[in-house]
Formats: sequence, structure tokens, C-alpha cells
Amino acid sequence: MNQNNMPPSAAEYQNRTLDTMCVNESTLTHKWYHNLKYLAVGIIFGITFVKAEIISWYRIQEMFRFQSFHMYGVIGTAILTGIISVWLIKRTGVKTIYGERIEFHDKKFNKGQIIGGLLFGLGWAITGACPGPLFAQIGAGTLVVAATLLSAIAGTWVYGYFRDRLPH
Amino acid sequence: MLHITQPWPWYVAGVVAGLTVPALLLLGNKHFGISANLRHVCAACVPGRVRFFDYNWKKEMWNLFFAAGIIVGGYLASQYLSTPDPVVLHPDLKKELATYGITEHAGLLPQQLFSLETLFSLRGFLLFIVGGFLVGFGARYAGGCTSGHAIMGLSTLQWPSLVATISFMIGGFIMANIVLPLILSL
Repeated sequence: MNQNNMPPSAAEYQNRTLDTMCVNESTLTHKWYHNLKYLAVGIIFGITFVKAEIISWYRIQEMFRFQSFHMYGVIGTAILTGIISVWLIKRTGVKTIYGERIEFHDKKFNKGQIIGGLLFGLGWAITGACPGPLFAQIGAGTLVVAATLLSAIAGTWVYGYFRDRLPH
Repeated sequence: MLHITQPWPWYVAGVVAGLTVPALLLLGNKHFGISANLRHVCAACVPGRVRFFDYNWKKEMWNLFFAAGIIVGGYLASQYLSTPDPVVLHPDLKKELATYGITEHAGLLPQQLFSLETLFSLRGFLLFIVGGFLVGFGARYAGGCTSGHAIMGLSTLQWPSLVATISFMIGGFIMANIVLPLILSL
């Protein structure tokens, strides 16, 4: 199965990037099994989520009550590691394993980052999970979280439906 | 000597999570973000005629593989790397939760809350259904979640991501300290 037989049009690119941070900058097409390397990265990430108790509802409650440094430490160190990594990538001009130039784009500010951000924060503190931990919690055997995930998908759909009528 | 089955300290977890950013970039120019998967599921399964879901989601298939990996990783860690020790929590939180009748703390999630029985109660409806809806709706409205904004966005020094991250935290403070106690008292 070949993904993406056609290069994306400018309109599609704009639509795709509009409200999503996760962007595939690659213009190459590969067989599906090339995606297995992302599965591998996900596995490492998922194990870390569980072992560092990032998927714990308790840790999220402690974070928002200032009762524990743990989550601040995790997120802070992750950002610092990311900043150094991105700086190194830009500085050295290193290419992807397929020889592509690594692309970065600036994010544009809109009101959604405040309104949506507040709504997301409310949900994060109730469920004790942002989207990543939702997947890990299900994998770790708390199957009832599938209800939360389905509801999150529904929330995404409703946003998409009303998007043009919401302030941005 | 720290054993791998013990809970990992924050600085180990933070570095591993942070290294996801360059790993995805180097493997294929991919920008770290997880909540976008929810959008890809909509685009793949129920696009309706919504323009927001009218894009080639197959190009973003890598992200669904990444999410599947997180599920597998969660399974592996809980099956093969888990410790039988109960989760350690702050005494104030323990005391507060006891007032809502949440007293058993064996796993990473309080089993008295995360059960099918709770799901079909008012408390569960607010916890799972409303909570999940806010996560999905809010993340997309904000243009990303903790991974896309707080980690990837701040790693590339994007100030709108800082605005989003601060908004996440304010929303969380309000919920955890003011609204959630009311929900848990139900």
C-alpha cells in the first residue's frame, strides 16, 4: 500500500496544518512498513509514560495542587531536551535518515490557543490524562478509559464541525 | 541501584520524552504531536462533509502507528516492568480523596473511580464523557496538546505554544482545585 500517491495541494497543506501541530514534512512516499519505526518510538514513549507514572491520575492531581514536583520535572526536562535537540539539528543542518532537510515552521497565534487551551486544561485535570496517556492507560489495562478516548474523538469532531463559527 | 521496574525518576522520563522530538524529526521529518491522531480518526472514519476532516489522512498514518506504539508500550510496561508496590501519593491528596470515598490506591489510577460501575453514574459521566470531550475539543481548538504545544512547540521556541501551555495549566488549576472536588463529592 503506497501512501500519498499525489503531492498535497497548497489548499490541503493549509487545511492539514491549520489546527494540528503534528505535521508530516516529508514529501517522500514509502511502503507502509516504514511506519513501523514510529511504532517503535511509540513503544518506548508508552513504556516511559507508565514507568514514570505520567499516566497516573494521582500525579496529575498532585501537579495541579502543587503537591509534587514530579510532573513539572518531567515536562521541564522534556522541553529542555527538546530545545537542545532542535538547536543541534538546526545548527548542524543534519538531514533525516532519508536525506531530507528537516523543516520547521512558525506557529501563528490565534484565540483558540487561549480558549481551547483552557478547555483542554479543564479536561486534563478531570480525566488525569492528556491524549498520549489516554492511549497508554488503555494499553496498561484500564479499558474503561476507552470511553474517554471515544469522547475525545467526538469532541474533536464537534470542533471540526463548528470550527468556522468559533472565534479564532 | 535503581531498578528498571521501580518508578522512573522525572529526569529520566523527561529526557526520554524529550528525545522523541529529534527521533521523529530524524526518522522522517515528523513533528511530535499526539492529539492530531483524534483528528485523523475522524478524517478516516466519520469525515461527514466537514472541510476540517477533508485531507489525506493516510499521509499522517505514521502518527497512528506512533499512537499504537504507545498502547503497546503501556501494555508491555504494565505486564513485564511493573512493581507490586502501591503508588506513593501526597498525604494531603490521600486525605482529600478519602473524603470522597476514594481510599484504595493500589494502581496508577484509582480503581474506585476508573470502573465500569462509575462510568454509568453521574460522577462517571462527568469524569469520562465530559472530561474526554473537553480534552478532544480543547486540544484541537488550541491546535495541539501537551505534546504538540508544551513539548514540540516550546522546543522550537514558539510563543503561541507558550500561551497554549499556560492556558492548559490555568484550566487544570481551576478544575483540580475548584470544580473537581464538587464532581467527586457527587
